Amino acid sequence: MSAIPADPNVTAVSATPRTETNYLNADWSIKSWLLTGDHKRIAILYLVSVSFFFFLGSIAAGLIRYELTAPAGFILESETYNKVFSAHGIIMVFLFLIVAIPAILGNFLLPLMIGARDMAFPRLNLLSWYLFMAGGILIMGGMINGGVDSGWTFYVPYSSMYANSNVTMVLTGIFIAGFSSITTGINFIVTTHKMRAPGMTWFRLPLMVWALYATGVVIILGTPVVAVTLLCIIFERVFHLPIFSAELGGDPVLFQHLFWFYSHPAVYIMILPAFGVQSELIANFARKRVFGYHLIAFSSLAIAGLGFLVWGHHMFISSESMYQGVVFSLISFLVAIPSAIKVFNWTATLYKGNIRLQTPMIYALGFIGLFTIGGLTGLFLGCLGTDVHLTNTYFIVAHFHYVMVGGAVTAFLGGLHYWWPKMTGRLYPESIAKWNAVLVFIGFNLTFFPQFIVGFMGMPRRYHYYYFAPEFQPYHIMSTLGSTVLALSFIIPGLYLTRSLSKGAKASANPWGAHGLEWETSSPPPTSNFDQIPVVLDEVYDFDPVTEHEQDKAAQALEVPSYLSNEAKSAESEKEKR
Amino acid sequence: MFSNFPATPPQASSFSREHDIIFYALLALTIIFTVMVGIGVIYFVIKYKRGSDADRSRPIYEDARLETAWSVIPLILALIMFYFGTKLFITMRVPPADAQEIFVIGKQWMWHVQHSNGVRENNTLHVPAGKPFKLTMISQDVIHAFYIPAFRAQMHVVPGRYTTMWFTPTQPGKYHLFCSMYCGTQHSEMGGTVVVMEPREWANWIENGGQSQASLTLEQSGERLYKQLACNNCHGAEDNMRAPSLYGIWGKKRTLTGGRTAIADQSYLRESILRPHNKITNGYSNTMPVYDGQINEEDVLKLMAYIKVIGSSVGGPSSSGTDTAAAVLNGTKGTMSPFAANAIQYQNSSMRRVDSTPTTRSGELAVNAIAAQQEAKGN
Amino acid sequence: MAAIASDHGHGHGHDEALHHQFENMEQQNDSYIVGMWTFLVTEVMFFGALFLIYTLYRSMYQMDFFLAHEALNVQMGMINTFVLLFSSFTVAMSVRYAQLQKRGGVLAMLGITQVCALAFMVVKYFEYQEKFGHHLYPGPGFGSHPEYLHGATPNFAQLYFGLYFGMTGLHGLHVVIGMIVIGYLMAKWWRNSPMVTKDYIPTELVGLYWHFVDLVWIFLFPLMYLMPKP
Repeated sequence: MSAIPADPNVTAVSATPRTETNYLNADWSIKSWLLTGDHKRIAILYLVSVSFFFFLGSIAAGLIRYELTAPAGFILESETYNKVFSAHGIIMVFLFLIVAIPAILGNFLLPLMIGARDMAFPRLNLLSWYLFMAGGILIMGGMINGGVDSGWTFYVPYSSMYANSNVTMVLTGIFIAGFSSITTGINFIVTTHKMRAPGMTWFRLPLMVWALYATGVVIILGTPVVAVTLLCIIFERVFHLPIFSAELGGDPVLFQHLFWFYSHPAVYIMILPAFGVQSELIANFARKRVFGYHLIAFSSLAIAGLGFLVWGHHMFISSESMYQGVVFSLISFLVAIPSAIKVFNWTATLYKGNIRLQTPMIYALGFIGLFTIGGLTGLFLGCLGTDVHLTNTYFIVAHFHYVMVGGAVTAFLGGLHYWWPKMTGRLYPESIAKWNAVLVFIGFNLTFFPQFIVGFMGMPRRYHYYYFAPEFQPYHIMSTLGSTVLALSFIIPGLYLTRSLSKGAKASANPWGAHGLEWETSSPPPTSNFDQIPVVLDEVYDFDPVTEHEQDKAAQALEVPSYLSNEAKSAESEKEKR
Repeated sequence: MFSNFPATPPQASSFSREHDIIFYALLALTIIFTVMVGIGVIYFVIKYKRGSDADRSRPIYEDARLETAWSVIPLILALIMFYFGTKLFITMRVPPADAQEIFVIGKQWMWHVQHSNGVRENNTLHVPAGKPFKLTMISQDVIHAFYIPAFRAQMHVVPGRYTTMWFTPTQPGKYHLFCSMYCGTQHSEMGGTVVVMEPREWANWIENGGQSQASLTLEQSGERLYKQLACNNCHGAEDNMRAPSLYGIWGKKRTLTGGRTAIADQSYLRESILRPHNKITNGYSNTMPVYDGQINEEDVLKLMAYIKVIGSSVGGPSSSGTDTAAAVLNGTKGTMSPFAANAIQYQNSSMRRVDSTPTTRSGELAVNAIAAQQEAKGN
Repeated sequence: MAAIASDHGHGHGHDEALHHQFENMEQQNDSYIVGMWTFLVTEVMFFGALFLIYTLYRSMYQMDFFLAHEALNVQMGMINTFVLLFSSFTVAMSVRYAQLQKRGGVLAMLGITQVCALAFMVVKYFEYQEKFGHHLYPGPGFGSHPEYLHGATPNFAQLYFGLYFGMTGLHGLHVVIGMIVIGYLMAKWWRNSPMVTKDYIPTELVGLYWHFVDLVWIFLFPLMYLMPKP
């Protein structure tokens, strides 16, 4: 069955007539790319630049892992090590995770999914990419020119008064990249509110759109706060304006409050779109409407809302009051529930489905497992009594990597594979991709599971040396071995996806037989997305596993998969397009 | 390769047990839910894989009861864990009234500890088992965190405000002390050891100004070691059947078996302590154990110093250093008992590092030095 | 602009002011208004964080903030407040003229707004200059003339002036951005661009932004200049 999309030339027949020109070949000039307002092209610009930053961040991660195999290090000086782990954190958080799914997949899909020609503000969208690049270049410039050694959290007074590295330049870059994020958020919100095609009611929206909308809300409420907080550090470093200076009676812990007021919700900026991707993948590969659509949609909003009320759980031992800790812990336990609901609902979606184990689905199933562990280990840290011991250790490092890499990156890879034919018009090689998805899962667990144990044993995070505690070494060695596997499993898709751009088989409009407006238009879509704005009459995820199974059986006899058979497909699209 | 392969931190404070119970309860929940979801996913994938002939009729898309169930059950479990976690946390945050106070100052990249009687340490913390301690902490520069994994105790150390933590150590031993809040270049080396002692041992330690014993001279340590190793069982005041006496041998010519001779100097003594069989005094047999690899060079130096003292004496043990040592011990005790508890002068941020090891050579000087130190602290 | 225009041509390019991604003017205007308000939400959060810091520090050091604030020039602040309030009125009038499609009225009102904004910045300049002259700018030389501190503890007064320069500085930056945006809008009106003349919404959006800038000052003025004695 896996061979089906790998050989589309035999069977692929698009429901809508293929448009001669698409958004990729409409204009080849560089200017047309750099001045484009097309959300799809902007998504591609983001894909290229974000991949580059991910590559840099991964190199930093590799350096950290190899350095830690020996208790006293063997490659880096402490100062360099601190700069490397800061670089890893800053690049991965601000230049990869926050942008990856929203700005690449979100930008590409949102207008397509709701049946719009473009985002509400195409020029603002382009501006967001330029801001992102300006921010990225400044951050890189700061890292090359002096480096930054304050960690991605920039706690004062270290970052404001003690760090001798180029904190100012990097912060300026993050500040600018923050505005890129804000403009994207505004675009998501306005587009979802105002650009939906006729008939696309709120409860017909794909869950990806719900997730992107919730992400937009988190971005516009949170990002300005961190922007101004980081600006205060810049003020302190450059203009000597004492905002958080403890020496003058200011409050360094206030910085942490403001920082986490954004940076905890920022976790949801990273994971909510991943939930959206996950819902799409599960529905389309189980060939079934997502179980509890409404609950999943609302849980996204609940997470976005509650996510703003839990920042204090990063500060249980930072001298915030005991009562504050109790309240924040309670709300943190509550915010776990919507995430749990999502996991259960995805699992329940599989029940009585017609499951296709293709690459995106393997990523999606891996996501369920990794996110479950990542989410549940969050309870250890939200639980006051255990947090006192576990916070600031490798336990927390493992926890957020399970959520961020096991969750967000896995979903990103799954989504990238799923929409790759739509974005590029080419198919990737299915069998190697499938094995690679399994490799990601193995490599990831090998890398980060030992970190839970070493964290429980008390290894603090951001430690360069641990020669005084050699009992930690075996776990670091395991982790480094795992990271080698993980690195390999990130390189392989880079290679075969790039190769598929020229060598891959041409994709049909709907190679997966999936539902959703983005599959109604050709692959790759024309610049204006749809020849005619579609009118939506069907409910979302309108699959019928029973009939499909019967058609499968019938088609098996003819050796033609049912979901690609013309009759079934055109009947469906007729229904949807009136 | 790794003979030592632990997966859990030692339990060494009154919190450790309760913490670990909650930890393992959460771990059990994690495993149960992960396995449940995992089995569910694998089962459904196998059963409803495309092409399988499973019954797919009447699929359900929403089910209020089911969804309520898996919202409410995790909620209840979460609230239970919240209750126990919070209970432990409140215990951890409210020190008992009888907790003895210790002051801690963090600075890049070092911990200063001051006990309430004025004894100071750097990067170590000596506490007795079974007694509650409250740490009042402040930072001189950036934010640090005082973290003792074995105690399950951790707290940020913030400039401009005091933070507190408390614990009751339970298990004597040596444990890691870490700075767990990133604080700059040598962050990972800003740590040390927490030594939990038997209460009596600690009482002795704190009385003696932070030394395991009263600060001893090299000779006194040597005498102690001489007895500890039971050298005096054989090498007595007079030559006996088992061994020659060491009194008065320093610098003397010794006749060895086989007629060779040797001067009883440092290298001879060292050789004879570590590898006695090489040079056996005429008339004796090879009965002394080999100490090579048993004691370190420092101990050899101590022994040598003591042997030099008795070796230079003419008479018996009465003129040895024993009396001096005893005098020192008594003397120090007398001087040190009326220790006053001194608060650290935090305003004076340039805290002087007072080395807690008086490096005086004679007992009398040691007494003077300790007294002077006391005077300095009293100011 | 050019790139967007080149994407035109899906059979609905007849309205010059309508961008290609929208189906009709109503959708476009609705989107603009939702977008602007969303942007203003981010601005509220941006300044909100600063007001939070201010509130906290003022509650911690009430007396020192009061004493330090006496160094400010209330007259100048008052003048600036009225100047900005008046400019808000003229912006509102310009929106009214835009609705009536009276180009001259719009340009005149926006022009007065620009003059007000400039006046605000000039007053601000003199205020800042005075503070610098009195060594009230935080940093190594702060408070070297203690008579200007009015008895406030220098450290806490430094916090106050840190916030004063930080918050009024950022507000001033918003005024300058507002001047640029209003200038751009005036240029569009001057050239009779259909983007602004066909519909009053673009003018209203700029007006919304300017009202927000005004509103921030309405909060800053009493918080910074008009403190009651604690």
